[in-house]
Amino acid sequence: MGMRRRTGGFVLAVNPIQCDGFGHCTELAPDLVRLDEWGYPIIDKTPVALSNLSALESARLAVRGCPRQALRIERVSDLPEGPAHRA
Amino acid sequence: MIQAHDLPRLLHGDTGRPLTLAQHEATFPIGARPGGLFEELEASGLTGRGGAAFPTARKVRLLREQRNHHKFVVVNAMEGEPGAHKDQSLLSANPHLVLDGAEYLAAMIGAKNIAVAVARDNPSVVNHVTRALHERERRHDRGAKFELHTPPWRYVAGEESALVHWLDDNESLPQYRPQRPTILRIGHGPVLVDNAETCANVGLIGRYGAAWFRAHGTEQSPGTTLVSVTGAVARPTVAEVPLGTTLREILALAGADPDPLALVMGGYGGSWLDGRHLDLPYANETLAPYGVGVGAGIIVVLSRAGCGVVETHRIVRWMANESARQCGPCAFGLPALAEDLGHLAHATRDAAAAYQRLVERAGVIEGRGACRHPDGVVRFVRSSLAVFAADFEGHRHGAACAGAQSRRHFAAVPTLEREDELIWE
Ligand code: SF4
Ligand code: SF4
Repeated sequence: MGMRRRTGGFVLAVNPIQCDGFGHCTELAPDLVRLDEWGYPIIDKTPVALSNLSALESARLAVRGCPRQALRIERVSDLPEGPAHRA
Repeated sequence: MIQAHDLPRLLHGDTGRPLTLAQHEATFPIGARPGGLFEELEASGLTGRGGAAFPTARKVRLLREQRNHHKFVVVNAMEGEPGAHKDQSLLSANPHLVLDGAEYLAAMIGAKNIAVAVARDNPSVVNHVTRALHERERRHDRGAKFELHTPPWRYVAGEESALVHWLDDNESLPQYRPQRPTILRIGHGPVLVDNAETCANVGLIGRYGAAWFRAHGTEQSPGTTLVSVTGAVARPTVAEVPLGTTLREILALAGADPDPLALVMGGYGGSWLDGRHLDLPYANETLAPYGVGVGAGIIVVLSRAGCGVVETHRIVRWMANESARQCGPCAFGLPALAEDLGHLAHATRDAAAAYQRLVERAGVIEGRGACRHPDGVVRFVRSSLAVFAADFEGHRHGAACAGAQSRRHFAAVPTLEREDELIWE
């Protein structure tokens, strides 16, 4: 049996009510999160492929490291075809 | 019985005083609805009149499917928009029609409780509803139990998740809903929230059926709707018009400036429309290509004596103040937009830089609040940049237009005196 391919993607989602804008997430997942001028996270809403293990790992770190527990990883079952998603 | 082509429907029998229950039953006799209640609602194509224009039957279906014994119907008459007076007019004319509609909705989803929400800052409407509920209480033949709730008036207090939050927990704050459509809850009980005007339409459909309802309006936007027309008008008016009536006809009902500079459409979370487009039919399908919609049934008329940049600034500043300040991008972003607009409105030396910042910030803020409040403001700002492009061009280069110098204002904006009193209960 071959390796099971991980299909689908994820987005890192922030609950803006919980978030206090301390910005730990951008240090833990710099490739996924940047901060706006007021220090609140801007996260791209295009799904990232689950096969992108380093991105998934940093998303997990950010979720665990957020002092307000404001972050969640949301599974997206179907990745849009074409250039919209980031590998 | 009111004939299908009669107008008005929702404001039928308006005498300046709310109809009593007996008068109401004589004015709106129970008719011969051809089919089942839900089937007729579905066939009517009624869409929500609170702003989102979502098909009412689809919401009802979602709630019907919930297995729960503690469902609620919430009648939303909070009317957060400063330019809106339609729920007030409706409840001051035919409160029982709204309550009938709520009962039909409750029957369809199997709700035992109906909450009617009216802002406490509007005591006359609170009185009308209180009296109507007393009248109904005296007759014990009714199904669901009514309760009146009076949260304090705020712009976002009428946002449905904020309203349900208030009913659940006395906090008028929007809730974070990552998945949509979300079913809002009071305790564990699923909630159907509908605007007061939507309920009144259900009250009519429940009596007379879908075909009757569709005798007015367009194929895609059936029925009549209430429009609040304010600004450069002879008399601020709440008019009931068939959807699809031209803007020109609607403005005439309020004695509005026949050649306006622009219109605010939908509300302060809506969009600007260039005053040239007065021949457009008032219905979402014909307005959408122009980036505007019916929204919460609001039209604010801006005369050529005024300035779109100044009005946009006044409105956005107020909207920024109305942020519930739960979310960073909304709490900080909206005041920043207002400040940029301030530079432009006054054509200060910083105006050119402010214009750049405004465009960038609008892009950054969009879609990052728990509710759509910031998105509404961003859309409003963008429509302003498009409709008043020439004026912005002048203002950003230090040349305020004549309208700005005239200091005449047309859009009603509550004073910001309450700024320091911003306490969220
Ligand atoms: S770490 Fe958490 S609280 Fe801090 S900015 Fe990121 S999401 Fe917000
Ligand atoms: S987006 Fe603004 S108004 Fe909506 S919940 Fe967040 S802070 Fe409140």
